[in-house]
Amino acid sequence: MGREEVFAKLNEVFRDVFDDEEITVTDATTADDIEEWDSLEHINLLAAVEQEFGMKFNMGQVVSMKNVGEMADIILAQIG
Amino acid sequence: MRELEYPFDGELILKKSKKIKRALVEERTDFLEKRIAVLGGSTTHDIIRILELFLLEQGIRPVFYESEYARYWQDVMFDNPLLVEFAPDLIFIHTSNRNVTAYPSMQDPPERVEELLSEQFAHFRVMWEKIADTYRCPVIQNNFEYPFYRLLGNQEAVYVQGRISFLNRLNEKFYQYAREHEDFYIHDINYLSASYGLDSWADPLYWHMYKYACCMQAVPAFAHNLSKVVKAVFGKNKKALVLDLDNTLWGGVVGDDGPENLEIGQETPMGQVYAEFQGYVRAQKEIGVMLAVNSKNEYDNAIAGLNHPEGTVKPEDFVAIRANWEPKSSNMTAIAQELNILPDSLVFADDNPAEREIVRAQTPGVTAPEIGTPEQYIRVLDHGGFFEVTTLSEDDRKRSEMYRANRERSRQQEQFADYHEYLLSLEMKGIIRPFEAVYMARIAQLTNKSNQFNLTTRRYTQSDIEAFAADGAYITRYGKLVDKFGDNGVVSVVIGRRGTMEDVAVYRQGERPPSGTEGDVLHLELWLMSCRVLKRDMEYAMMDSVVEACRSCGVGTVMGYYYPTAKNAMVKAFYHEMGFEKTEETDTGVTIWRFRIPDDYQKKNTTISV
Repeated sequence: MGREEVFAKLNEVFRDVFDDEEITVTDATTADDIEEWDSLEHINLLAAVEQEFGMKFNMGQVVSMKNVGEMADIILAQIG
Repeated sequence: MRELEYPFDGELILKKSKKIKRALVEERTDFLEKRIAVLGGSTTHDIIRILELFLLEQGIRPVFYESEYARYWQDVMFDNPLLVEFAPDLIFIHTSNRNVTAYPSMQDPPERVEELLSEQFAHFRVMWEKIADTYRCPVIQNNFEYPFYRLLGNQEAVYVQGRISFLNRLNEKFYQYAREHEDFYIHDINYLSASYGLDSWADPLYWHMYKYACCMQAVPAFAHNLSKVVKAVFGKNKKALVLDLDNTLWGGVVGDDGPENLEIGQETPMGQVYAEFQGYVRAQKEIGVMLAVNSKNEYDNAIAGLNHPEGTVKPEDFVAIRANWEPKSSNMTAIAQELNILPDSLVFADDNPAEREIVRAQTPGVTAPEIGTPEQYIRVLDHGGFFEVTTLSEDDRKRSEMYRANRERSRQQEQFADYHEYLLSLEMKGIIRPFEAVYMARIAQLTNKSNQFNLTTRRYTQSDIEAFAADGAYITRYGKLVDKFGDNGVVSVVIGRRGTMEDVAVYRQGERPPSGTEGDVLHLELWLMSCRVLKRDMEYAMMDSVVEACRSCGVGTVMGYYYPTAKNAMVKAFYHEMGFEKTEETDTGVTIWRFRIPDDYQKKNTTISV
């Protein structure tokens, strides 16, 4: 899977979780850019991403992840 | 909604919860609103988010109070005006083994372990007692799930210092408390976590990252399981299990294969599966679930199949058997009518997806779960939790008996030309008294279940009912009816509050005045009757008893109120039939009725001996 495809799928997940069809995520997108993305929704978001890509974030990754670009990097590294 | 029916896709529910919620809210309007306080020992945010969906699905619209993180104990034990003002209808205590503080150490002698156990239990017991005192509402309490590691390995449950031993003993104390206290219910997360898979359930990442007691993916299973207890407490259980026959209760088609060739019994693996399922179905009857048959078959073939010597469920275990060539949806409607219950109280088990679909589409309200293949039937019906037990009352165990007696009564009725004669022939005895302790649970259950013969449709918890019984401003009556075919149990409830004519303004709005005065007007806040005793004159006997109570305390006027709902049109003119005069009708359809008790009041009931 290429980076572009990962972003296309991430867009879908973000739209489902935040129930907003307008969302388009980029490398630089952070929680500050999406109003409903608070620490509580974050858990739900990660669970949905894990399910979509059939992978798991470990704790170290969850703690250090800074933006959607880094999230995509971890996904790509895991699913190859 | 199909997305929320067991077996469900939990990940989908988590991801699409907002969309699902919107659809649920648009689907219906007749929600029962309930105020639920969730007091957590760990994070509860997503549990509340998903629980809301499962409750909406059950027709309950929750309003939540959520404690601050891990403040479950403090929220109850210390003055808490917020929670008092919230006035919960139910309190859920969400604790887990992460909240156990008194685990023994390996050096502790058994006596010390004993002390620690008592100490840990007391921490919870004082909280439950405080709730019973302050909030007087039902409590749902998690038991403890097992930890994700075992210091003593396989001996962890053997030595009293082991955590599994400690948690097992603590759980047993919780269960004992539940057995001894009404309105206190266990939410069994010990079973749930095992069923889900403990290693996944207890993934420590979710505790250390987010302070969740279980993993995120388990939240839908958790919320679903909890919603079963909540809806059962609020009287939303299903009442009857309707079964198809061929390839549902046995393998094969009885009309084609002949009863002797059906797969049921110990000879073949598939025969064993059906035998186990029949045993499960038969056991449902013992917890008060009514059984019925809805099958495309010749009636005689159906009976021959049910009389198969290897089968455990027999024709007499069913309260209704519809075996014919009518569409199954019309049979479902007929069964609901025959049992005097609404289609939304029926669960339909049929191996054929097309039949399930027709029934879902043509008889709205009926639940027809995706029961899968024969070896999955029990799990799907069981985990669906349609008949979740809260308190196992005598009435529940006897329900099938009562319905069968009902059928015998209707057969008898045909033999009498005169209805009065028929009623006399039933040799009815009524017991009508102020609320008594042994019946509080049943009375509360009736206020939550009765929709049709219910003038005001007010829902009460057992604590409310106890409060009315203890309040001098109230006149309360329950009615039990026994006849020569059997005991119908408690079938009617009347609650009236003494006050003045000024109170009418409040009742007109569907509200109740904040406190009662012991005045000379009785306002009937609730009058309901179980439909299984319709047309038996029980309402007259109740009226006589209310009038008698009024006279003995100087009440001369009785005010009745009818609040229309989608389901109670049958009692629209009830007070007229009881001899009240209508004083008012509002533009929302509420009618207000007055009865001045005459000095020469004639008893209305002439067929039931009270």
